[in-house]
Amino acid sequence: MKEKLQVKDLSYAYHELSGETPALSHISFDVEDGEFLAVVGPSGCGKSTLLSLLCGLLEPEEGAVLIDGIPREKSRAVIGYMLQRDHLFEWRTILSNVSLGLEIQKRLDSAAKEELRQMLTAYGLGAFQQARPSQLSGGMRQRAALIRTLALKPDILLLDEPFSALDYQTRLSVCDDISSILRARKKTAVLITHDLSEAISVADRILVLSGRPGRVKSVLKIEFAPEYDRPLARRNALEFSAYFNQLWKELRTDEDKT
Amino acid sequence: MKTKPDETADTQDTFRAERPENRRISRGSDPEVSESRPAPRVKSADQPEKKQPPLSRRQREFLEQERRHRTNVRIVRVMMLVLLLALWELFASFGVIDAFIFSSPSRIAACFLRMSRDGSIFLHTGVTLLETLVSFGLVVVIATAAAMLLWISRSLAEILEPYLVMLNSLPKSAMAPLLIVWLGNNMRTIIVAAVSVAVFGSILTLYTGFRQTDPDKIRLIASLGGTRRDVLLKVLIPSSVPLIISNMKVNVGLCLVGVIIGEFLSARAGLGYLIIYASQVLSRVHILTRLHIVLFLGLPNFHLLTLQAHDNISLI
Repeated sequence: MKEKLQVKDLSYAYHELSGETPALSHISFDVEDGEFLAVVGPSGCGKSTLLSLLCGLLEPEEGAVLIDGIPREKSRAVIGYMLQRDHLFEWRTILSNVSLGLEIQKRLDSAAKEELRQMLTAYGLGAFQQARPSQLSGGMRQRAALIRTLALKPDILLLDEPFSALDYQTRLSVCDDISSILRARKKTAVLITHDLSEAISVADRILVLSGRPGRVKSVLKIEFAPEYDRPLARRNALEFSAYFNQLWKELRTDEDKT
Repeated sequence: MKTKPDETADTQDTFRAERPENRRISRGSDPEVSESRPAPRVKSADQPEKKQPPLSRRQREFLEQERRHRTNVRIVRVMMLVLLLALWELFASFGVIDAFIFSSPSRIAACFLRMSRDGSIFLHTGVTLLETLVSFGLVVVIATAAAMLLWISRSLAEILEPYLVMLNSLPKSAMAPLLIVWLGNNMRTIIVAAVSVAVFGSILTLYTGFRQTDPDKIRLIASLGGTRRDVLLKVLIPSSVPLIISNMKVNVGLCLVGVIIGEFLSARAGLGYLIIYASQVLSRVHILTRLHIVLFLGLPNFHLLTLQAHDNISLI
Protein backbone atom coordinates (compact mmCIF):
# COMPACT_ATOMS: atom_id res chain seq x y z
CA MET A 1 0.00 0.00 0.00
CA LYS A 2 1.14 3.53 -0.62
CA GLU A 3 1.95 6.06 2.05
CA LYS A 4 -0.80 8.52 2.78
CA LEU A 5 1.09 10.53 5.32
CA GLN A 6 4.83 10.89 5.68
CA VAL A 7 6.55 12.65 8.52
CA LYS A 8 10.17 13.50 7.90
CA ASP A 9 12.61 14.57 10.57
CA LEU A 10 10.11 16.77 12.37
CA SER A 11 11.23 18.98 15.28
CA TYR A 12 9.37 21.55 17.30
CA ALA A 13 10.01 23.63 20.40
CA TYR A 14 7.80 26.01 22.35
CA HIS A 15 9.22 29.45 22.98
CA GLU A 16 8.57 31.52 26.02
CA LEU A 17 10.38 34.42 27.63
CA SER A 18 11.67 32.09 30.33
CA GLY A 19 13.24 29.80 27.75
CA GLU A 20 12.43 27.21 25.14
CA THR A 21 10.92 23.80 25.71
CA PRO A 22 11.79 21.25 23.07
CA ALA A 23 8.66 19.17 22.44
CA LEU A 24 9.58 16.95 19.51
CA SER A 25 12.94 16.03 18.13
CA HIS A 26 13.57 14.47 14.73
CA ILE A 27 10.40 12.46 14.36
CA SER A 28 9.99 10.35 11.22
CA PHE A 29 7.27 7.87 10.36
CA ASP A 30 4.83 6.92 7.61
CA VAL A 31 1.16 6.07 7.70
CA GLU A 32 -0.26 3.92 4.91
CA ASP A 33 -3.55 4.59 3.20
CA GLY A 34 -6.38 3.23 5.32
CA GLU A 35 -4.08 2.43 8.22
CA PHE A 36 -4.88 3.12 11.86
CA LEU A 37 -1.79 4.31 13.70
CA ALA A 38 -1.72 4.84 17.44
CA VAL A 39 0.84 7.05 19.13
CA VAL A 40 1.67 6.37 22.78
CA GLY A 41 4.21 7.91 25.08
CA PRO A 42 4.70 9.27 28.58
CA SER A 43 2.82 12.45 29.34
CA GLY A 44 4.48 15.60 28.10
CA CYS A 45 6.21 13.83 25.22
CA GLY A 46 4.66 16.14 22.65
CA LYS A 47 1.87 13.89 21.41
CA SER A 48 -0.62 16.72 21.04
CA THR A 49 2.05 18.92 19.49
CA LEU A 50 2.57 16.21 16.89
CA LEU A 51 -1.11 16.30 15.90
CA SER A 52 -1.14 20.10 15.76
CA LEU A 53 1.82 19.92 13.41
CA LEU A 54 0.18 17.27 11.25
CA CYS A 55 -2.98 19.29 10.72
CA GLY A 56 -1.26 22.62 10.30
CA LEU A 57 -2.30 24.39 13.50
CA LEU A 58 1.41 24.73 14.14
CA GLU A 59 4.21 25.14 11.59
CA PRO A 60 7.17 22.76 12.00
CA GLU A 61 10.46 24.39 12.91
CA GLU A 62 12.37 21.66 11.11
CA GLY A 63 11.38 18.80 8.87
CA ALA A 64 8.29 18.30 6.77
CA VAL A 65 4.89 16.66 6.66
CA LEU A 66 3.95 15.12 3.31
CA ILE A 67 0.49 14.01 2.30
CA ASP A 68 0.39 11.75 -0.76
CA GLY A 69 3.98 12.83 -1.34
CA ILE A 70 3.07 16.54 -1.48
CA PRO A 71 4.05 18.98 1.31
CA ARG A 72 1.09 19.54 3.64
CA GLU A 73 0.76 23.26 3.02
CA LYS A 74 0.45 22.65 -0.75
CA SER A 75 -1.70 19.56 -0.49
CA ARG A 76 -5.42 19.86 -1.06
CA ALA A 77 -6.11 16.94 1.24
CA VAL A 78 -8.59 17.54 4.06
CA ILE A 79 -7.43 16.68 7.56
CA GLY A 80 -10.00 16.08 10.26
CA TYR A 81 -9.07 16.72 13.87
CA MET A 82 -10.94 15.38 16.84
CA LEU A 83 -10.12 16.97 20.15
CA GLN A 84 -10.05 15.50 23.63
CA ARG A 85 -13.33 17.04 24.64
CA ASP A 86 -16.24 17.21 22.24
CA HIS A 87 -16.63 21.01 22.39
CA LEU A 88 -20.17 20.89 21.12
CA PHE A 89 -21.61 24.38 21.44
CA GLU A 90 -24.46 24.62 23.89
CA TRP A 91 -26.06 27.45 21.93
CA ARG A 92 -26.46 25.27 18.86
CA THR A 93 -28.58 22.20 18.24
CA ILE A 94 -26.85 18.92 17.47
CA LEU A 95 -27.61 19.29 13.77
CA SER A 96 -26.17 22.78 13.62
CA ASN A 97 -23.20 21.65 15.71
CA VAL A 98 -22.29 18.89 13.27
CA SER A 99 -22.69 21.28 10.34
CA LEU A 100 -20.27 23.80 11.89
CA GLY A 101 -17.33 22.79 9.66
CA LEU A 102 -19.35 22.97 6.45
CA GLU A 103 -20.83 26.27 7.58
CA ILE A 104 -17.37 27.75 8.14
CA GLN A 105 -16.21 26.57 4.74
CA LYS A 106 -19.45 27.85 3.20
CA ARG A 107 -20.31 24.46 1.76
CA LEU A 108 -23.53 23.95 3.67
CA ASP A 109 -26.37 23.39 1.22
CA SER A 110 -29.52 21.32 1.46
CA ALA A 111 -27.81 18.23 0.01
CA ALA A 112 -25.06 18.43 2.61
CA LYS A 113 -27.64 18.91 5.33
CA GLU A 114 -29.54 15.86 4.19
CA GLU A 115 -26.34 13.85 4.26
CA LEU A 116 -25.64 15.01 7.80
CA ARG A 117 -29.14 13.94 8.83
CA GLN A 118 -28.49 10.50 7.39
CA MET A 119 -25.19 10.26 9.23
CA LEU A 120 -26.85 11.27 12.49
CA THR A 121 -29.48 8.61 11.98
CA ALA A 122 -26.87 6.01 11.05
CA TYR A 123 -24.96 6.68 14.26
CA GLY A 124 -28.02 6.59 16.49
CA LEU A 125 -28.53 10.34 16.91
CA GLY A 126 -31.43 10.70 14.50
CA ALA A 127 -33.90 11.61 17.23
CA PHE A 128 -31.55 14.21 18.70
CA GLN A 129 -31.05 16.50 15.70
CA GLN A 130 -32.81 19.39 17.39
CA ALA A 131 -31.58 18.57 20.92
CA ARG A 132 -29.02 20.60 22.80
CA PRO A 133 -25.65 19.01 23.58
CA SER A 134 -26.38 18.92 27.32
CA GLN A 135 -29.29 16.58 26.65
CA LEU A 136 -26.94 13.92 25.28
CA SER A 137 -24.83 11.39 27.13
CA GLY A 138 -21.05 11.56 26.95
CA GLY A 139 -20.84 8.80 24.36
CA MET A 140 -23.48 10.38 22.16
CA ARG A 141 -21.73 13.72 22.34
CA GLN A 142 -18.48 12.13 21.24
CA ARG A 143 -20.26 10.49 18.31
CA ALA A 144 -21.72 13.88 17.35
CA ALA A 145 -18.20 15.32 17.50
CA LEU A 146 -17.04 12.52 15.18
CA ILE A 147 -19.81 13.33 12.70
CA ARG A 148 -18.81 16.99 12.83
CA THR A 149 -15.28 15.92 11.88
CA LEU A 150 -16.38 13.40 9.23
CA ALA A 151 -18.75 15.93 7.64
CA LEU A 152 -15.77 17.58 5.95
CA LYS A 153 -14.90 14.22 4.35
CA PRO A 154 -11.35 14.18 5.66
CA ASP A 155 -8.67 12.11 3.92
CA ILE A 156 -6.80 11.73 7.18
CA LEU A 157 -8.29 11.76 10.64
CA LEU A 158 -6.35 12.86 13.71
CA LEU A 159 -7.72 11.81 17.08
CA ASP A 160 -6.34 13.48 20.20
CA GLU A 161 -7.33 11.19 23.08
CA PRO A 162 -10.95 11.48 22.02
CA PHE A 163 -12.13 9.01 24.64
CA SER A 164 -10.21 10.21 27.67
CA ALA A 165 -13.00 12.44 28.97
CA LEU A 166 -15.46 9.55 29.12
CA ASP A 167 -16.09 7.16 31.96
CA TYR A 168 -14.57 3.72 31.54
CA GLN A 169 -17.65 1.83 30.40
CA THR A 170 -18.71 4.47 27.86
CA ARG A 171 -15.15 4.72 26.79
CA LEU A 172 -14.92 1.06 25.80
CA SER A 173 -18.12 1.16 23.78
CA VAL A 174 -17.48 4.53 22.13
CA CYS A 175 -13.97 3.44 21.24
CA ASP A 176 -15.43 0.28 19.72
CA ASP A 177 -18.06 2.31 17.86
CA ILE A 178 -15.78 4.95 16.51
CA SER A 179 -12.97 2.71 15.41
CA SER A 180 -15.48 0.44 13.63
CA ILE A 181 -16.95 3.49 11.86
CA LEU A 182 -13.49 4.57 10.78
CA ARG A 183 -12.54 1.09 9.60
CA ALA A 184 -15.77 0.71 7.66
CA ARG A 185 -15.04 3.99 5.89
CA LYS A 186 -11.40 2.96 5.35
CA LYS A 187 -10.12 6.20 6.83
CA THR A 188 -6.47 6.80 7.49
CA ALA A 189 -6.27 7.70 11.15
CA VAL A 190 -3.71 8.71 13.73
CA LEU A 191 -4.83 8.22 17.32
CA ILE A 192 -3.04 9.70 20.28
CA THR A 193 -3.63 8.01 23.59
CA HIS A 194 -2.04 7.34 26.92
CA ASP A 195 -4.11 4.21 27.37
CA LEU A 196 -2.01 1.28 26.20
CA SER A 197 -4.86 -1.21 25.96
CA GLU A 198 -6.87 1.26 23.92
CA ALA A 199 -3.95 1.62 21.51
CA ILE A 200 -3.62 -2.16 21.14
CA SER A 201 -7.32 -2.66 20.69
CA VAL A 202 -7.72 -0.24 17.78
CA ALA A 203 -4.40 0.22 15.99
CA ASP A 204 -2.65 -1.51 13.10
CA ARG A 205 0.63 -0.13 14.30
CA ILE A 206 1.75 1.63 17.46
CA LEU A 207 4.36 4.34 17.51
CA VAL A 208 6.12 4.65 20.86
CA LEU A 209 7.55 8.06 21.70
CA SER A 210 10.16 8.74 24.37
CA GLY A 211 9.81 11.34 27.11
CA ARG A 212 10.40 15.02 26.41
CA PRO A 213 11.59 15.92 23.86
CA GLY A 214 9.67 13.23 22.02
CA ARG A 215 11.66 10.89 19.79
CA VAL A 216 10.44 7.81 17.97
CA LYS A 217 11.49 4.95 20.16
CA SER A 218 10.00 2.02 18.37
CA VAL A 219 7.16 0.98 16.13
CA LEU A 220 5.08 -2.02 17.06
CA LYS A 221 3.05 -3.88 14.46
CA ILE A 222 -0.23 -5.18 15.84
CA GLU A 223 -1.85 -8.18 14.19
CA PHE A 224 -4.88 -10.11 15.32
CA ALA A 225 -6.71 -13.02 13.80
CA PRO A 226 -9.75 -11.87 11.75
CA GLU A 227 -12.26 -13.13 14.33
CA TYR A 228 -10.80 -10.70 16.84
CA ASP A 229 -11.03 -7.69 14.59
CA ARG A 230 -13.13 -5.42 16.74
CA PRO A 231 -11.65 -3.45 19.61
CA LEU A 232 -13.71 -5.20 22.28
CA ALA A 233 -12.98 -8.62 20.79
CA ARG A 234 -9.28 -7.86 20.60
CA ARG A 235 -9.18 -7.41 24.34
CA ASN A 236 -10.14 -11.07 24.70
CA ALA A 237 -7.49 -12.39 22.33
CA LEU A 238 -4.49 -14.20 23.73
CA GLU A 239 -2.01 -11.95 21.96
CA PHE A 240 -3.47 -8.93 23.71
CA SER A 241 -1.56 -9.32 26.94
CA ALA A 242 1.62 -10.20 25.08
CA TYR A 243 1.35 -6.93 23.15
CA PHE A 244 0.52 -5.09 26.33
CA ASN A 245 3.62 -6.37 28.11
CA GLN A 246 5.80 -5.57 25.14
CA LEU A 247 4.47 -2.03 24.99
CA TRP A 248 4.78 -1.60 28.74
CA LYS A 249 8.41 -2.69 28.58
CA GLU A 250 9.11 -0.23 25.75
CA LEU A 251 7.76 2.63 27.82
CA ARG A 252 9.42 1.49 31.04
CA THR A 253 12.98 1.40 29.63
CA ASP A 254 12.57 5.10 29.01
CA GLU A 255 11.57 5.79 32.59
CA ASP A 256 14.48 3.80 34.00
CA LYS A 257 16.96 5.89 32.10
CA THR A 258 15.65 9.21 33.30
CA MET B 1 -15.75 40.22 37.35
CA LYS B 2 -18.62 42.21 38.67
CA THR B 3 -21.62 39.98 38.62
CA LYS B 4 -24.78 39.76 40.63
CA PRO B 5 -25.00 36.62 42.73
CA ASP B 6 -27.89 35.11 40.74
CA GLU B 7 -25.98 35.70 37.55
CA THR B 8 -22.93 33.81 38.74
CA ALA B 9 -25.17 30.94 39.63
CA ASP B 10 -26.49 30.94 36.08
CA THR B 11 -23.09 30.86 34.46
CA GLN B 12 -21.99 28.15 36.82
CA ASP B 13 -24.97 26.13 35.81
CA THR B 14 -24.19 26.41 32.14
CA PHE B 15 -20.65 25.40 32.93
CA ARG B 16 -21.83 22.49 35.01
CA ALA B 17 -23.95 21.25 32.17
CA GLU B 18 -20.86 20.99 30.04
CA ARG B 19 -18.99 18.70 32.36
CA PRO B 20 -19.37 15.07 31.40
CA GLU B 21 -20.55 13.78 34.77
CA ASN B 22 -23.52 16.10 34.59
CA ARG B 23 -24.60 15.12 31.13
CA ARG B 24 -27.67 13.07 31.08
CA ILE B 25 -30.03 11.91 28.44
CA SER B 26 -33.41 13.45 28.67
CA ARG B 27 -36.46 12.69 26.70
CA GLY B 28 -36.97 14.17 23.29
CA SER B 29 -36.15 17.73 22.44
CA ASP B 30 -37.52 19.29 25.56
CA PRO B 31 -36.22 22.86 25.70
CA GLU B 32 -35.95 22.69 29.48
CA VAL B 33 -32.24 22.11 29.62
CA SER B 34 -31.94 20.11 32.78
CA GLU B 35 -34.36 18.63 35.19
CA SER B 36 -31.70 17.89 37.75
CA ARG B 37 -31.51 21.50 38.81
CA PRO B 38 -34.15 22.91 41.13
CA ALA B 39 -36.61 24.79 38.98
CA PRO B 40 -35.33 28.35 38.72
CA ARG B 41 -38.81 29.77 39.03
CA VAL B 42 -41.99 28.51 40.50
CA LYS B 43 -43.78 29.45 37.31
CA SER B 44 -41.92 26.93 35.18
CA ALA B 45 -42.16 24.21 37.79
CA ASP B 46 -45.89 24.67 37.96
CA GLN B 47 -46.49 24.47 34.28
CA PRO B 48 -47.51 20.98 33.23
CA GLU B 49 -44.69 19.66 31.10
CA LYS B 50 -45.31 17.66 28.00
CA LYS B 51 -43.60 14.29 27.56
CA GLN B 52 -42.99 14.06 31.29
CA PRO B 53 -44.27 11.20 33.39
CA PRO B 54 -46.54 12.13 36.32
CA LEU B 55 -44.56 13.63 39.18
CA SER B 56 -43.62 11.42 42.07
CA ARG B 57 -44.76 12.23 45.58
CA ARG B 58 -41.31 13.35 46.67
CA GLN B 59 -40.93 15.56 43.61
CA ARG B 60 -44.30 17.17 44.40
CA GLU B 61 -43.19 17.71 47.98
CA PHE B 62 -39.98 19.25 46.77
CA LEU B 63 -41.82 21.61 44.42
CA GLU B 64 -44.26 22.54 47.17
CA GLN B 65 -41.38 23.32 49.50
CA GLU B 66 -39.66 25.43 46.84
CA ARG B 67 -42.88 27.36 46.23
CA ARG B 68 -43.38 27.99 49.93
CA HIS B 69 -39.82 29.24 50.18
CA ARG B 70 -40.33 31.65 47.31
CA THR B 71 -43.63 32.94 48.65
CA ASN B 72 -42.01 33.55 52.03
CA VAL B 73 -39.18 35.50 50.46
CA ARG B 74 -41.65 37.69 48.60
CA ILE B 75 -43.83 38.32 51.64
CA VAL B 76 -40.89 39.25 53.87
CA ARG B 77 -39.53 41.52 51.15
CA VAL B 78 -42.75 43.51 51.00
CA MET B 79 -43.18 43.42 54.78
CA MET B 80 -39.77 44.92 55.25
CA LEU B 81 -40.61 47.89 53.06
CA VAL B 82 -43.94 48.41 54.79
CA LEU B 83 -42.29 48.13 58.21
CA LEU B 84 -39.56 50.63 57.32
CA LEU B 85 -42.05 53.16 55.97
CA ALA B 86 -44.33 52.71 58.95
CA LEU B 87 -41.48 53.19 61.45
CA TRP B 88 -40.25 56.24 59.59
CA GLU B 89 -43.70 57.79 59.57
CA LEU B 90 -44.25 56.97 63.25
CA PHE B 91 -40.89 58.32 64.36
CA ALA B 92 -41.45 61.49 62.38
CA SER B 93 -44.97 62.10 63.68
CA PHE B 94 -44.00 61.40 67.33
CA GLY B 95 -41.01 63.66 67.01
CA VAL B 96 -38.35 60.98 67.58
CA ILE B 97 -36.67 62.27 64.44
CA ASP B 98 -36.94 65.79 63.14
CA ALA B 99 -39.43 65.74 60.28
CA PHE B 100 -37.90 68.89 58.87
CA ILE B 101 -34.55 67.18 58.36
CA PHE B 102 -35.61 63.60 57.74
CA SER B 103 -39.01 64.29 56.13
CA SER B 104 -41.58 61.49 56.28
CA PRO B 105 -43.32 59.11 53.88
CA SER B 106 -46.60 61.03 54.03
CA ARG B 107 -44.87 64.32 53.20
CA ILE B 108 -43.03 62.65 50.35
CA ALA B 109 -46.28 61.20 49.02
CA ALA B 110 -47.95 64.60 49.25
CA CYS B 111 -45.06 66.23 47.46
CA PHE B 112 -45.18 63.57 44.77
CA LEU B 113 -48.91 64.10 44.32
CA ARG B 114 -48.51 67.84 44.05
CA MET B 115 -45.76 67.48 41.49
CA SER B 116 -47.66 64.94 39.47
CA ARG B 117 -50.70 67.18 39.41
CA ASP B 118 -48.78 69.91 37.62
CA GLY B 119 -46.97 67.21 35.59
CA SER B 120 -43.47 68.47 36.42
CA ILE B 121 -42.36 65.20 38.00
CA PHE B 122 -43.11 63.27 34.82
CA LEU B 123 -41.17 65.71 32.70
CA HIS B 124 -38.12 65.47 34.93
CA THR B 125 -38.35 61.70 35.36
CA GLY B 126 -38.83 61.30 31.62
CA VAL B 127 -35.76 63.40 30.84
CA THR B 128 -33.62 61.43 33.27
CA LEU B 129 -34.96 58.13 31.95
CA LEU B 130 -34.28 59.15 28.36
CA GLU B 131 -30.75 60.25 29.18
CA THR B 132 -30.10 57.02 31.09
CA LEU B 133 -31.38 54.83 28.27
CA VAL B 134 -29.44 56.68 25.59
CA SER B 135 -26.20 56.53 27.55
CA PHE B 136 -26.84 52.90 28.46
CA GLY B 137 -27.32 52.01 24.79
CA LEU B 138 -24.13 53.85 23.89
CA VAL B 139 -22.16 52.13 26.64
CA VAL B 140 -23.29 48.67 25.54
CA VAL B 141 -22.44 49.29 21.90
CA ILE B 142 -19.14 51.10 22.51
CA ALA B 143 -17.93 48.68 25.19
CA THR B 144 -18.75 45.54 23.20
CA ALA B 145 -17.16 46.90 20.05
CA ALA B 146 -14.06 48.12 21.87
CA ALA B 147 -13.63 44.85 23.77
CA MET B 148 -13.84 42.93 20.50
CA LEU B 149 -11.27 45.21 18.93
CA LEU B 150 -8.92 44.63 21.87
CA TRP B 151 -9.48 40.89 21.58
CA ILE B 152 -8.70 40.94 17.85
CA SER B 153 -5.42 42.80 18.35
CA ARG B 154 -3.27 41.61 21.22
CA SER B 155 -0.81 44.46 20.71
CA LEU B 156 -3.54 47.09 20.86
CA ALA B 157 -4.87 45.54 24.07
CA GLU B 158 -1.47 45.52 25.72
CA ILE B 159 -0.78 49.10 24.66
CA LEU B 160 -4.13 50.43 25.86
CA GLU B 161 -4.63 48.44 29.05
CA PRO B 162 -2.90 50.86 31.48
CA TYR B 163 -4.77 53.77 29.93
CA LEU B 164 -8.08 52.01 30.34
CA VAL B 165 -7.35 51.18 33.96
CA MET B 166 -6.38 54.79 34.55
CA LEU B 167 -9.47 56.20 32.82
CA ASN B 168 -11.65 53.78 34.74
CA SER B 169 -10.30 54.85 38.12
CA LEU B 170 -10.54 58.55 37.26
CA PRO B 171 -13.33 60.13 39.33
CA LYS B 172 -15.81 61.13 36.64
CA SER B 173 -17.63 63.66 38.83
CA ALA B 174 -14.38 65.61 38.85
CA MET B 175 -14.41 65.56 35.07
CA ALA B 176 -17.96 66.86 34.79
CA PRO B 177 -17.20 70.60 35.15
CA LEU B 178 -14.63 70.22 32.38
CA LEU B 179 -17.20 68.52 30.19
CA ILE B 180 -19.51 71.51 30.55
CA VAL B 181 -16.75 73.78 29.31
CA TRP B 182 -15.98 71.47 26.41
CA LEU B 183 -19.46 70.47 25.34
CA GLY B 184 -21.71 73.20 26.69
CA ASN B 185 -24.56 73.24 29.11
CA ASN B 186 -26.83 70.66 27.47
CA MET B 187 -27.98 67.07 27.31
CA ARG B 188 -24.91 66.02 25.34
CA THR B 189 -22.71 66.77 28.35
CA ILE B 190 -24.91 64.68 30.61
CA ILE B 191 -24.85 61.72 28.26
CA VAL B 192 -21.10 61.93 27.81
CA ALA B 193 -20.70 62.08 31.59
CA ALA B 194 -22.90 59.01 32.04
CA VAL B 195 -21.11 57.08 29.31
CA SER B 196 -17.73 57.94 30.80
CA VAL B 197 -18.77 56.57 34.18
CA ALA B 198 -19.66 53.15 32.82
CA VAL B 199 -17.78 52.56 29.62
CA PHE B 200 -14.18 51.96 30.71
CA GLY B 201 -14.93 49.41 33.39
CA SER B 202 -17.28 47.76 30.98
CA ILE B 203 -14.61 47.44 28.30
CA LEU B 204 -12.19 45.92 30.81
CA THR B 205 -14.75 43.42 32.11
CA LEU B 206 -15.83 42.33 28.65
CA TYR B 207 -12.28 42.08 27.36
CA THR B 208 -11.22 39.94 30.33
CA GLY B 209 -14.23 37.73 29.69
CA PHE B 210 -13.48 37.43 25.98
CA ARG B 211 -9.93 36.40 26.74
CA GLN B 212 -11.15 33.52 28.85
CA THR B 213 -12.67 31.81 25.82
CA ASP B 214 -11.61 28.17 25.89
CA PRO B 215 -8.48 27.93 23.70
CA ASP B 216 -9.58 24.45 22.63
CA LYS B 217 -12.74 25.87 21.13
CA ILE B 218 -10.57 28.24 19.11
CA ARG B 219 -8.44 25.26 18.04
CA LEU B 220 -11.59 23.46 16.99
CA ILE B 221 -12.61 26.32 14.70
CA ALA B 222 -9.08 26.45 13.30
CA SER B 223 -9.07 22.69 12.68
CA LEU B 224 -12.32 23.07 10.74
CA GLY B 225 -10.60 25.61 8.52
CA GLY B 226 -12.04 28.69 10.20
CA THR B 227 -10.39 32.09 10.52
CA ARG B 228 -10.30 34.48 13.44
CA ARG B 229 -13.48 36.02 12.12
CA ASP B 230 -15.20 32.65 12.46
CA VAL B 231 -13.92 32.37 16.02
CA LEU B 232 -15.42 35.77 16.75
CA LEU B 233 -18.81 35.07 15.17
CA LYS B 234 -19.26 31.41 16.08
CA VAL B 235 -17.58 31.11 19.47
CA LEU B 236 -16.81 34.41 21.12
CA ILE B 237 -20.07 36.29 20.66
CA PRO B 238 -22.51 33.45 21.40
CA SER B 239 -20.52 32.22 24.38
CA SER B 240 -20.29 35.74 25.81
CA VAL B 241 -24.01 36.47 25.85
CA PRO B 242 -24.37 35.77 29.62
CA LEU B 243 -21.32 37.93 30.33
CA ILE B 244 -22.59 40.79 28.19
CA ILE B 245 -25.94 40.67 29.96
CA SER B 246 -24.46 40.60 33.45
CA ASN B 247 -22.33 43.53 32.40
CA MET B 248 -25.42 45.37 31.18
CA LYS B 249 -27.00 44.98 34.60
CA VAL B 250 -24.09 46.78 36.22
CA ASN B 251 -24.15 49.43 33.51
CA VAL B 252 -27.79 50.44 33.97
CA GLY B 253 -26.98 51.50 37.52
CA LEU B 254 -23.75 53.21 36.58
CA CYS B 255 -25.42 55.15 33.77
CA LEU B 256 -28.07 56.41 36.13
CA VAL B 257 -25.33 57.55 38.52
CA GLY B 258 -23.59 59.28 35.64
CA VAL B 259 -26.77 60.99 34.47
CA ILE B 260 -27.52 62.30 37.95
CA ILE B 261 -23.95 63.58 38.31
CA GLY B 262 -24.31 65.29 34.95
CA GLU B 263 -27.65 66.79 35.87
CA PHE B 264 -26.26 68.11 39.14
CA LEU B 265 -23.91 70.25 37.15
CA SER B 266 -25.55 71.13 33.92
CA ALA B 267 -29.23 70.72 33.29
CA ARG B 268 -32.48 72.51 33.00
CA ALA B 269 -34.53 69.40 33.60
CA GLY B 270 -34.18 65.95 35.14
CA LEU B 271 -34.17 64.47 38.60
CA GLY B 272 -30.58 65.46 39.30
CA TYR B 273 -31.47 69.03 38.45
CA LEU B 274 -34.49 68.86 40.78
CA ILE B 275 -32.36 67.51 43.61
CA ILE B 276 -29.83 70.31 43.24
CA TYR B 277 -32.58 72.88 42.95
CA ALA B 278 -34.29 71.55 46.07
CA SER B 279 -31.06 71.42 48.06
CA GLN B 280 -30.43 75.04 47.17
CA VAL B 281 -33.83 76.02 48.55
CA LEU B 282 -33.27 73.55 51.41
CA SER B 283 -36.27 71.32 50.92
CA ARG B 284 -35.55 67.86 52.29
CA VAL B 285 -38.93 66.64 51.19
CA HIS B 286 -38.12 67.49 47.63
CA ILE B 287 -34.72 65.87 47.71
CA LEU B 288 -36.02 62.71 49.29
CA THR B 289 -38.94 62.47 46.89
CA ARG B 290 -36.58 62.65 43.98
CA LEU B 291 -34.14 60.24 45.53
CA HIS B 292 -36.96 57.76 45.85
CA ILE B 293 -37.89 58.17 42.24
CA VAL B 294 -34.26 57.66 41.30
CA LEU B 295 -34.28 54.51 43.40
CA PHE B 296 -37.42 53.21 41.74
CA LEU B 297 -36.09 54.07 38.32
CA GLY B 298 -33.28 51.62 38.94
CA LEU B 299 -35.54 48.79 40.06
CA PRO B 300 -37.62 48.12 36.94
CA ASN B 301 -34.54 48.43 34.76
CA PHE B 302 -32.84 45.79 36.81
CA HIS B 303 -35.80 43.47 36.74
CA LEU B 304 -36.23 43.89 33.03
CA LEU B 305 -32.63 42.87 32.49
CA THR B 306 -32.83 39.96 34.85
CA LEU B 307 -35.77 38.60 32.90
CA GLN B 308 -33.96 39.14 29.68
CA ALA B 309 -30.90 37.39 30.98
CA HIS B 310 -32.91 34.37 31.97
CA ASP B 311 -34.56 34.25 28.57
CA ASN B 312 -31.28 34.43 26.82
CA ILE B 313 -29.67 31.63 28.73
CA SER B 314 -32.95 29.82 28.07
CA LEU B 315 -33.25 28.55 31.59
CA ILE B 316 -36.87 29.44 32.04
